[in-house]
Amino acid sequence: MRALLWRDLRLAVRAGGGFGLGLAFFLIVTVLVPFAVGPQTGRLASIAPGILWLGALLACLLSLDRIFALDFEDGSLDLLATAPLPLEGVVAVKALAHWFTTGLPLVAAAPALGVLLSLPGPGFFWLFLSLLIGTPALSVIGAFGAALTVGLKRGGLLMSLLVLPLYVPTLIFGAEAARRGAEGLAVETPLMLLGGISAGALALLPFASAAVLRVSLR
Amino acid sequence: MSLWEYANPVRFIRLTDRVLPALSGAAVLCLVVGLVWGFFFTPDDYRQGSTVKIIYLHVPAALMAINAWLMMLVASLIWIVRRHHVSALAARAAAPVGATMTVIALATGAIWGQPMWGTWWAWDPRLTSFLILFLFYLGYMALWEAIENDDAAADLTSILCLVGSVFALLSRYAVNFWNQGLHQGASLSLDAEENVADVFWLPLLVCIAGFVLLFVALVFLRTQTEIRARRMRAILARERMA
Repeated sequence: MRALLWRDLRLAVRAGGGFGLGLAFFLIVTVLVPFAVGPQTGRLASIAPGILWLGALLACLLSLDRIFALDFEDGSLDLLATAPLPLEGVVAVKALAHWFTTGLPLVAAAPALGVLLSLPGPGFFWLFLSLLIGTPALSVIGAFGAALTVGLKRGGLLMSLLVLPLYVPTLIFGAEAARRGAEGLAVETPLMLLGGISAGALALLPFASAAVLRVSLR
Repeated sequence: MSLWEYANPVRFIRLTDRVLPALSGAAVLCLVVGLVWGFFFTPDDYRQGSTVKIIYLHVPAALMAINAWLMMLVASLIWIVRRHHVSALAARAAAPVGATMTVIALATGAIWGQPMWGTWWAWDPRLTSFLILFLFYLGYMALWEAIENDDAAADLTSILCLVGSVFALLSRYAVNFWNQGLHQGASLSLDAEENVADVFWLPLLVCIAGFVLLFVALVFLRTQTEIRARRMRAILARERMA
């Protein structure tokens, strides 16, 4: 498992740009928002937590197809499926690698981008924390969507259609926690629920993803 | 004699051929009676006036939008466990019907909401969860269309249906948490203290029965069509081989 994790991380960092792409996308989305809604500080501050969550979510979505597509094309996914490591474990490790290369940089970058959107002072910590708790769920759910569409032509657009509705609860609780934090309200409830979603998705979805992959590889 | 016999496509087609005329006739009858009764022979509500009458389309459509997804869930489970092709095809056949019901519920809700709430759309939990349900229907149907291999498509969509059900339910409670609602609470439950008055309730029941019958008839018909289309493809493939 550790070898697979290292292999995926090295591939993501060294081979072909996927690593920084999500971050750059996140930055561009954040920069575009003031152009769209106007540069007034108050208005930006009130929508900043939601925009940052949405930007992180979309950046995450953008890099999902890399989880399985390359391995599916060059056949290494077939090898992984016949390896002693159960396919569920492979899926979980690949989702984890995706989180390390996409989710974690996004979490780290979000407070910096918060400055651009004049996020209120107390919001930085809660935005950081809610993204830290929520992005693993995004990766695991996304891995399910990527597994569903792995063998398809034009899979990318379809994957967005499948994955985005699944992201709704995570987005609601995550953005709600960040917003409440920014406004200085109590954040325990949405954070707990967000953690529940992350933990539940992490525990259950690899099984569904592995079942789906077995069908695609058959 | 058990229900599973109708997992055989030939038996299924024979049975549905026999019941379809009666079923569709009953659906038409119920809908005509219920809608005419509801639209012309019930009093206006003392506060909502005659706009209340859209309830006869709105409530049954909304009910069936949810129940269609439930039916797809059950059919998907049967496909996963027992691998009956009819079951997978029935789930596929139900999806567009359910999506249409969702659209009807949303549209009639908007038409009703305009005079009552003063807005076509509000981000009310119920409205929002219906919109999300509609997105799930879209994704489900798109996935069916995208996969060429029939069995793989049935497998993948049924797993999507299972996972989607969990997330649709989660979303339903998540949006409750996220915004307070304008929509009224349940007023048709069997165990509630305060319900809709009988004058409205009886024609509504007839309408609900009509929508249920309509849904079953449509699903039977569409499943038959799917079975026949698949047979035709098999015949064509065989001819090409020969």
